[in-house]
Amino acid sequence: MRHIISLLMENEAGALSRVAGLFSARGYNIESLSVAPTEDPTLSRMTLVTTGSDEVIEQVTKQLNKLIEVVKVIDLIDGNHIERELMLVKIKAIGADRDEIKRLVDIFRGSIIDVTDRSYTIELTGTSSKLDAFLENIESSAVLETVRTGASGIGRGDWVLRV
Amino acid sequence: MSVELTGAEITIRCLQEEGVECIFGYPGGAVLFIYDELFKQDKVRHILVRHEQAAVHAADGYARSSNKVGVALVTSGPGVTNAVTGIATAYMDSIPLVIISGQVPTNAIGLDAFQEVDTVGITRPCVKHNFLVSDISELAVTMKKAFYIASTGRPGPVLVDIPKDVTQQKAVFDYPDKLSMRSYNPVVKGNAKQIKKAVDLILGAKRPVVYTGGGVILSDAAKLLTDLTKMLNYPCTNTLMGLGGFPATDKQFIGMLGMHGTYEANMAMQYCDVLIAVGARFDDRVIGNPKHFSNENRKIIHIDIDPSSISKRVKVDIPIVGNVPDVLKELIRLLKDTEGEPDQNALREWWNQIDLWRARDCLKYDRASSIIKPQMVVEKLYEVTKGDAFITSDVGQHQMWAAQFYKFDKPRRWINSGGLGTMGFGMPAAMGVQLANPRAKVACVTGEASIQMCIQELSTCKQYKLPLKIVNLNNRYMGMVRQWQEFFHGNRYSESYMDALPDFIKLAESYGHVGMKIEQPEDIEGALKEAFKLKDRLVFLDFMTDQTENVFPMVPGGKGLSEMILV
Repeated sequence: MRHIISLLMENEAGALSRVAGLFSARGYNIESLSVAPTEDPTLSRMTLVTTGSDEVIEQVTKQLNKLIEVVKVIDLIDGNHIERELMLVKIKAIGADRDEIKRLVDIFRGSIIDVTDRSYTIELTGTSSKLDAFLENIESSAVLETVRTGASGIGRGDWVLRV
Repeated sequence: MSVELTGAEITIRCLQEEGVECIFGYPGGAVLFIYDELFKQDKVRHILVRHEQAAVHAADGYARSSNKVGVALVTSGPGVTNAVTGIATAYMDSIPLVIISGQVPTNAIGLDAFQEVDTVGITRPCVKHNFLVSDISELAVTMKKAFYIASTGRPGPVLVDIPKDVTQQKAVFDYPDKLSMRSYNPVVKGNAKQIKKAVDLILGAKRPVVYTGGGVILSDAAKLLTDLTKMLNYPCTNTLMGLGGFPATDKQFIGMLGMHGTYEANMAMQYCDVLIAVGARFDDRVIGNPKHFSNENRKIIHIDIDPSSISKRVKVDIPIVGNVPDVLKELIRLLKDTEGEPDQNALREWWNQIDLWRARDCLKYDRASSIIKPQMVVEKLYEVTKGDAFITSDVGQHQMWAAQFYKFDKPRRWINSGGLGTMGFGMPAAMGVQLANPRAKVACVTGEASIQMCIQELSTCKQYKLPLKIVNLNNRYMGMVRQWQEFFHGNRYSESYMDALPDFIKLAESYGHVGMKIEQPEDIEGALKEAFKLKDRLVFLDFMTDQTENVFPMVPGGKGLSEMILV
């Protein structure tokens, strides 16, 4: 099953490599990983998307908690949460395709942020599966380049991850 | 008041503040300033080893036998890479160490400088934590954190990497009394409700077993564990790392369990209805195949300080995360307050069953053999030392025989590399033990293959007059490899014969020690007695043992605990 592990850790050199190293050493999956400092610059917030059985995920969270620089760990799947990912995608757009792609971008509430006479560059935000769905609607040979940030997540309502 | 000290002085002052009396190391370019400061003081004694691996093993043996943090000091590059085996050994067995390593100057880091290696990167997977001190102002607090992290929670090695220029820079020395880290707060007390539930389960048991590991030794909980077990009259088994946690000569002790555990311990473990696991982690050498283990229905209480050890390989029913002594104290208190008591009839029946298993006499061997049996050497060692020595070992058959035949009544007396299984551990670890316990009898039970992996330390032993007794069970084979090849690889002894062995007697003598060769069973006892009479000399006892002897019982890899091969 897919899990979104969200964690706060000390914003220190090498902290990211401890997390990445833990996953490779113990053979856990990383589907995506995104990290940046928080409003408190001494802390970084990381979102990790991973898959595994309940037992594996239990070990993943326990092992993450064991890292000295990790302050807090939650699995967003345990509660209501919001998940977003940003994608920048460059698509071949010539002739009649231009209108068709424009319509599709509107349907997915994306925006075209750069245009040439042969291509569109599109910005799209949503759950990872929404981004997947968008790409499925574009002929794969037309996709020139995709850049995805990996998912970020946050709890709904009063559910807050902070020190 | 604001006198500034150099980074090198601060490093040494931190060791003094922590009460460190003895460190193990080897100098080199990046740590020259630190060695210069060592030279100028006499509070911290430095033991010069002959290879950095031995420095860490010696610090490790020092820590295991004394419950103090062991300290090693090595230089950058090869100094660190040599130390890695020692660090990983300590990590696998959760031993509190602080390793100080030199690093190239900060402005040279990343430029492939001479003797540069990414120390923090290389050691990251085998330390509890590590630090690169890139600013002199961080040095003292980093050292404080290193000792704190190493010795609290589930202990482990912590490495502090100090660039050479930082050891030259100056800062005011201010060693913090206390530390608080928002990201590191080890649990102490166990959850009261869980402990209450455990009490009910313990009292309701009909076929109980107390199974304890290294956590009982590391947390100094042997006395409490013994009290609890005696109070209940339950059978107790120890893991390889847990020997000495419960007195081996007590009738409630059913021996070590696991791959080479006793028949009674493994059968009891498999067929118990309530398992009380204390400071142990159900590893592959202990319970064999976890699926086979789970075929039997039993309830498991698991007390451990590390939440990640719980339900890792085996699902448990009542996890209790906490410091073992704290949890045991609470358990004992509640048990004393409770009206109920264990079902004595059921317990009697269970003991009868265990006695039947015991009667199988699974550790028997041919005592009338005309060739020296390695088991007999360990038995005689036990008798001659009256069970009161510190025993270190290397890795292989001799390690198992030492664990099976030396009856450890006290904690911290049995010192071996259980997790990583590091050949070469025994003698340097024994040096650390002897330095932490200057008047104690210290013996290293080893084999002719393992001992050669750190044989250079005979020189260190001479320099510091460490009167170790090296008990070499010499069967001219890497015995455990040979045993597996015999059992599982059609007797094809691929590269496991130790050819071109040195004359260990002459070798020991060339280092200035005493060597003895023992070839007849009737000479074992006399040789050991003579060796221990030489109180201030290292004696290398080379026992020529039976080449074909195997370790029994044995749970083959992937098999269940009740599927032992018996002699």
